[in-house]
Amino acid sequence: MEALQIAGALLTLLGSLFILFAAIGLLRMPDVYNRIQAGTKASTLGSILTLLGIGLCHPEWLLKIGLLILFVIISNPVSSHVLGRAAHFAGIPLSKRTHIDTLKEYRDKELTAKEEQQ
Amino acid sequence: MKLKSILILFIILLAFWIILNNSVSPLILLTGAVISLAIAIGFCKTCDVFNDLRLTPRSFLYTFLYLWVFLIELVKSNFDIAFRVLSPSLPINPGIITAKTTLKSKMGRLILANSITLTPGTFTVDIIDDKLFIHCVNMKEEEQEEFGNHIVRKFEKYLEVIYG
Amino acid sequence: MVNTILIISMFIIGISFLLVTVRFLLGTSVVDRVVALDVLTISSVGLIVLLAHFFDRGIYIDVSIVYAILSFIGVIIIAKYLEKSL
Repeated sequence: MEALQIAGALLTLLGSLFILFAAIGLLRMPDVYNRIQAGTKASTLGSILTLLGIGLCHPEWLLKIGLLILFVIISNPVSSHVLGRAAHFAGIPLSKRTHIDTLKEYRDKELTAKEEQQ
Repeated sequence: MKLKSILILFIILLAFWIILNNSVSPLILLTGAVISLAIAIGFCKTCDVFNDLRLTPRSFLYTFLYLWVFLIELVKSNFDIAFRVLSPSLPINPGIITAKTTLKSKMGRLILANSITLTPGTFTVDIIDDKLFIHCVNMKEEEQEEFGNHIVRKFEKYLEVIYG
Repeated sequence: MVNTILIISMFIIGISFLLVTVRFLLGTSVVDRVVALDVLTISSVGLIVLLAHFFDRGIYIDVSIVYAILSFIGVIIIAKYLEKSL
């Protein structure tokens, strides 16, 4: 029982470290898209590990915590994708280190095709 | 085939209700069943995402294989991001590339896009028809097509069997 | 032993809260702030579950489930607003 609790506490520690990495990434990355990558990805595993660690400390809560983990796994990529799409739609520029932007090329092509039709 | 869609949604909702309530007394079960059935019927009038799910033994096996691959990729991606964030020179090479998918069903494409978002160094910015626009943290300009195919194929071979 | 490790991890989450708040205030664009808010809410879900352990109250887990759902809906709504499709 004691060993399980210590394992859970160590998992929680690892998870909180990943949340710290997410915060550092959010500060250091140069533009919105890279910030979304660093922020949402690292915080997903961070919160999953934190929840799992507490679940190991209290086995009677494990079902509800499993539900919470499932929800985080499903909802986190959706919200990061939606934010990236909104950022691109709003025309927030990519950083200077970006090599290529095929989405912008595609949108421009569609726009010119529409204008030619009219 | 509306019935399959309604049934799958009903089972999922009822399972959530039982876990949230943490008991299986008859009154709670009855309330949950009535509410889940009402929501499932109302929701499936306009939505048919569960129709594409194939309920065969092979697809169950592939679901577990897929989850296993997905979990490994999730852990790998986090170590990748942590490494990039912590190294002092910030080794990033960002860019948005295009990849094509062969999946036909809406649900399959949704899950593909979400899995790409949680794998190392990539996230889906937009889906237009069968084109996925993927933002990569680290990419090489010469071989972007190969790279995009590599990312998509990794999950597609499992999702093809489950959703078609 | 267990509680010491958990308190240390709570401190680490607190430090990351401060760092994310810096990004939230610096911003430079709306989406930056929303991403910072998203990370804040996801890590506070973990923090609420940690508090549930310290106070030994299972009901706090339900609180964090509702909080996660609300923050997800909030982010979706803000993104839809930014895309001018609301």
